Amino acid sequence: MLDFPRWKVWSIVIAIAIGVLLSLPSFVPEATAARWGIGGLPRINLGLDLSGGSHLMLEADTVDLAKQNVAKMEEQVRTEMRRADPPIDIGDISTTGGRLSFFVRNGALVDAAVERVRTLTQPSGMTGQRDWDVQVVDSTRVVLTPTEEGLTAATKSAMAVATEVVRKRIDEMGTKEPTIIQQGDDRIIVQVPGLQDPAALKALIGKTAKLEFKLVDLAATADQVKSGRAPVGSEILPYPDNPAGVPAIAVKRRAILTGDELIDARQSYDQNNRPVVSISFSSAGGLKFARVTTENTGKPFAMILDGRVISAPNINEPILGGQAQISGNFTVASANELAISLRSGKLPVALKVVEERTVGPDLGADSIHAGILASTIAAVAVVIFMALSYGRFGIYADIAVTLNIFIILGVMALLNATLTLPGIAGFVLTIGTAVDANVLINERIREEQKRGRNPTQAIELGYKEASRTIFEANVTHAIAGLIMFLLGSGQVKGFAVVLLIGIATSVFTAVVFTRMLAVGWLRRARPTVLNV
Amino acid sequence: MRLLKLVPDNTNIGFVRVRVVAFVITALLTIAAVGAFGARGLNLGVDFVGGLMVEAKFTAPPSLDKVRTNIDALGVGQGSLQQFGDPNSVSIRLPLPASTDEGANNAVVNKVSASLRKEFPGVTFPRYDTVSGKVSGELIRNGLLAVVLAVVGIAIFSWFRYEWQFGVSTFVAIVHDVLMTIGFFAITQMEFDLNIVAAVLTIIGYSINDKMVIDDRIRENMRKFRQMDMKALIDLSVNETLPRTVMTSLTIMLALASMLLFGGHVLRGFTAAMMLGIIVGTYSSVYVSSSLLITLGLQPAKFDAEPKDNARAGAERVGPRG
Repeated sequence: MLDFPRWKVWSIVIAIAIGVLLSLPSFVPEATAARWGIGGLPRINLGLDLSGGSHLMLEADTVDLAKQNVAKMEEQVRTEMRRADPPIDIGDISTTGGRLSFFVRNGALVDAAVERVRTLTQPSGMTGQRDWDVQVVDSTRVVLTPTEEGLTAATKSAMAVATEVVRKRIDEMGTKEPTIIQQGDDRIIVQVPGLQDPAALKALIGKTAKLEFKLVDLAATADQVKSGRAPVGSEILPYPDNPAGVPAIAVKRRAILTGDELIDARQSYDQNNRPVVSISFSSAGGLKFARVTTENTGKPFAMILDGRVISAPNINEPILGGQAQISGNFTVASANELAISLRSGKLPVALKVVEERTVGPDLGADSIHAGILASTIAAVAVVIFMALSYGRFGIYADIAVTLNIFIILGVMALLNATLTLPGIAGFVLTIGTAVDANVLINERIREEQKRGRNPTQAIELGYKEASRTIFEANVTHAIAGLIMFLLGSGQVKGFAVVLLIGIATSVFTAVVFTRMLAVGWLRRARPTVLNV
Repeated sequence: MRLLKLVPDNTNIGFVRVRVVAFVITALLTIAAVGAFGARGLNLGVDFVGGLMVEAKFTAPPSLDKVRTNIDALGVGQGSLQQFGDPNSVSIRLPLPASTDEGANNAVVNKVSASLRKEFPGVTFPRYDTVSGKVSGELIRNGLLAVVLAVVGIAIFSWFRYEWQFGVSTFVAIVHDVLMTIGFFAITQMEFDLNIVAAVLTIIGYSINDKMVIDDRIRENMRKFRQMDMKALIDLSVNETLPRTVMTSLTIMLALASMLLFGGHVLRGFTAAMMLGIIVGTYSSVYVSSSLLITLGLQPAKFDAEPKDNARAGAERVGPRG
């Protein structure tokens, strides 16, 4: 027992020194840490409930995605049938129920049609399944049903793109240190510290930003527009700001250009000093735009964003420079928002906000102050109580619990863990429970001394017998913490992290470290009786 | 210096003797807690029912009726108000707007804040949460799963390490602790949110910790005093560990009390739940779970073989061996 080798003492001291050192950068502002030469060391992240900011959980609209998927397939099938030699004449195309079905007019060509459609499907998943299931019904009708694997793969690739697009849009907003991560199959978590009003953020990521330019169908009658029944090859789209008064307009189905051909978009002003969005096309897009505007000079075309017409100006002259302006009922802010959305590309799938938590920075700062105050008072109260109850051994426990607080912070910084408000509660609780190990040990030492053992034996037995109990109690405690960590959402996780780290480090400080102190004293003082 | 001793030396309280009374009181209290839960239900926060929560901080304590009239007039649904933390803060809960449009939630928040600002100048809105029905369903499921897993997982752990009686008595005592905590929330109608689930899990962890210490002493004494009567042995073990039980509960209560008083209003419910849990957990350790071992028929004779003792060799080597 009294044999405590020097290397062991040194390793304990070094381990504690490293832990405490790691915690230091988190106590001072970043600039100060840099001045001390420890700016490169990891710091603890503050959760949004402490720093203030917004947490959003976005969910992909999978219904919308499936719809888009079918629409895309419809386009591909039409093109493929037209391209066939001789072209295969199809009709009665339906996309209801998430499936695509069409009628082949010439019964003899059904097999050829199926063959061609099959080439459009892709293998997906590990099982060799394809993303679409092709079947012939009633010998003339071809039905394409998306497979489970196909839909999953489509969601997966759409989410990867969507996460990138969201990241670009938020970066463009100039917010600092946003966190954007994909969660599960169809969700994205966005955390922006310091953001007061998430309305702009939500407006920015809520827009799909699918931009299309289509020619206005001048042949459509006012009745057709009102009733929503479009002539063949056209469609009726909502147009809230229509100067004609009817909130809808008929446009050709085929887009002359889409947002995919944009290379840049900026907020600027038109000649009347109204905010607009200036866009530049890629060279191919610019050529296409030049051709269409030359052919259609004097006719109106519609600028469509996410299925709604924003404006439908006349083409006064051919637009040759590959540049154009989107005008509409914009404010500077909304024009800027649209420019950002267009620059960052369109979202492959619509995203909905399913969870939102916003904490103002003042409340966050209040919570930090309250948390620090509560932790300090808790620590001081516990320290006094322990010293009064166990004398020298209580003071050893106090040194251990104080070091433990620093070490927990150090480990958290090292793991890049996030400190949340429940995490601070976890701290306070850890202060309370960490001394439990010392209470167990000291009570045991008391008991053994009462049974007539000398100080050395009492301390030795106290540590030995209590260690077993401490180990078992901590394992069960850790089980609860682990479950919280695995199943808990953000805030609860923050609590679990502190609890788990605290359990691990407190065994070290409360058992190993205090034992070293106790043994050192025993050697130096050689007491005949313990005042415990 | 004379040191503080909360439990005098050679304390010998007959815990086992009063076990029937304790069991009856415990059962009645548990039934009352379950009854309160059945009759009043829990005041579930937006985490679990979905909806919108806006925290409003007024410059002076507002009249809740006035705030309520103000919000009801907006036509954004039935609001539920609750004062929490300092008297100036009110949390306003509203159902989610029917429209799933992006702007709909914002519109409700803006409507509420604009209207309140007009009537109560200087009011600020430091926090708001929106949780959709789908997400809240998942949070409920995960929360329940976490509590069930924790209770079952730990009961299985103590069953494997000890005799089954220890597993069962721990399980019963912990179910009691959880039910009492839920009953407390049913009676006080304090908001039950995600943080409270974390509190319940912590209570489970702590309560087991407490029982583990006593169970461990019972096993130690069973090895030491093979001839001793089981009732006397359990009383001895509970009394021997009593100073530790009292000390630890007190230190944790000290820490929690400082959190309750100085830790800010956001975590007040969490801290209150935890304090209650510590009291209930300590009570069930001393009066319920150890006495229950006798009712379950724990026999000292079964300990002769000691097959599981080797498993502990590693545990003892936490510090260097003397």
